[in-house]
Amino acid sequence: MEHYNMNLTLKVWKQKNSQSAGSFETYQIKEVSSEMSFLEMFDVLNEQLIHEGKEPIAFDHDCREGICGTCSMYINGRPHGPWHGTTTCQLHMRAFKDGDTIVVEPWRAKAFPVIKDLMVDRSAFDRIIQAGGYISVNTGVTIDGNAIPINRENADKSFAAAACIGCGACVAACKNSSAMLFLSAKVSHLALLPQGEIERKRRALDMVAQVDKEGFGSCTNTGACEAVCPKEIEITNIARLNREYLAAGLAADK
Amino acid sequence: MNWSHFFTSSVGKKIIMACSGLFLIAFLLVHAGLNACIWAFDGGEMFNKAGHFMGSTVVMRILEIGLFVFFIIHIVQGVVMELQNRSKRGSKGYAVALGNRGSKWYSRSMAILGLLILLFLIVHLGHFWIPNRSNQGWLLGEEINLFKEMKEVFSNPVWVLLYTVGVIALFYHLSHGFQSAFRTLGLTNHKYINIIQTVGLIYNVVICIAFIMMPISFYFGWVQ
Ligand code: HEM
Ligand code: SF4
Ligand code: FES
Repeated sequence: MEHYNMNLTLKVWKQKNSQSAGSFETYQIKEVSSEMSFLEMFDVLNEQLIHEGKEPIAFDHDCREGICGTCSMYINGRPHGPWHGTTTCQLHMRAFKDGDTIVVEPWRAKAFPVIKDLMVDRSAFDRIIQAGGYISVNTGVTIDGNAIPINRENADKSFAAAACIGCGACVAACKNSSAMLFLSAKVSHLALLPQGEIERKRRALDMVAQVDKEGFGSCTNTGACEAVCPKEIEITNIARLNREYLAAGLAADK
Repeated sequence: MNWSHFFTSSVGKKIIMACSGLFLIAFLLVHAGLNACIWAFDGGEMFNKAGHFMGSTVVMRILEIGLFVFFIIHIVQGVVMELQNRSKRGSKGYAVALGNRGSKWYSRSMAILGLLILLFLIVHLGHFWIPNRSNQGWLLGEEINLFKEMKEVFSNPVWVLLYTVGVIALFYHLSHGFQSAFRTLGLTNHKYINIIQTVGLIYNVVICIAFIMMPISFYFGWVQ
């Protein structure tokens, strides 16, 4: 792939803390290599800002290899930028060309308040997992992972759902700020396996209740979540979640 | 999990939307079937007979109450849910929107399309249902000549246009609503999605053409 350098204009959301109003700042950045990752470009920009005595831009990142889900940026109107099935940290500058203007915003959802600049508080997702995204296992020696036979189809579907990294792009893209793609991935991942059977009924009901408590909206099946999910979680998981909810809710005896 | 929790959660609200929506879909099929009687080309004899059956049969009149209840539930829940969902974004929207890159415009405009249908519905009830029922009284009294009424209403281009807009809104509402309802009820998977989409499309096209052809047939004098 041909290497090139580019000069860019960045419009980045700056916000002091969750209470302040915030606004866009415009930055110029020169000689950006097409081989840099998007976050490396931000590193370079922050170096530049520190040298100029200005405040660097706060953004979340951790693994920088597409597995932790922290690098939430809404780039040119799309969560995680223009590449399909790619997190912000895996997005490379060759996605852009010389002279481009790039607008970077934080996730916008009531349930994900901005902490500072591009960083949002996604702890709502942790609390949803705590409400039911676990299984029971015996203590003692580690159980052999292959002790329980699982059919191939379910294992594959469960694995595909387990790929969700909890990044929140689905919420960011959704007109309803609905967390259903995330929730459906978490519920499907366990509902498809025998290990998930023990809490199966409680899980769907408890996790939906927590999602509502955190202030996410109702899913209206628009499909925006599926289109932007960096892990290509399928929207059919939402149908499975609804099935789990219906079955558990109708069967509950109190 | 008691019933009120079951139906008021974010998923429960959608179950109500989907069930009431599917009931309305079934109703429209019956409605379109009855209206198709105008194309018997018998000066409205068959049509008026069908109308008489619907208006003067006790079971149908009871079902009619159910229909109103479902309509009201669907509309109220739809509007409430839309307002609640809008409030979840927080105070700020995006400077650059995702727009049509992930979803169809009509899937994001269900409430607006629904309100257009509602506007049409009010006019429609004013044209036919209210005059007819007020003539009948609460019991099963004498009906008006609905065929004649239709001829009169649809000689006015304004009404023909309004009915056309109503049907177009319905087309887009159902283009999303039909398949959305099945997903909401958990009935969609890789195997069924194609069937659901195909049946939905056929239903939608047949129903909407049938409804749109009624005012047009009268306006252009194809049905006398
Ligand atoms: C009269 C005014 C109406 C209003 C205000 C209205 C409003 C809405 C709203 C807000 C939704 C939820 C959006 C979504 O799920 O994406 C919806 C869904 C739906 N509507 Fe309507 N609607 C109306 C009439 C109708 C009619 C006449 C039908 C059918 C013949 C219908 C069928 C449906 C269906 C099937 C859904 C999908 C339910 C789901 O997503 O699970 N609606 N409507
Ligand atoms: S479903 Fe996709 S977009 Fe949503 S949190 Fe999981 S990985 Fe991110
Ligand atoms: S930094 Fe971990 S997924 Fe991007």
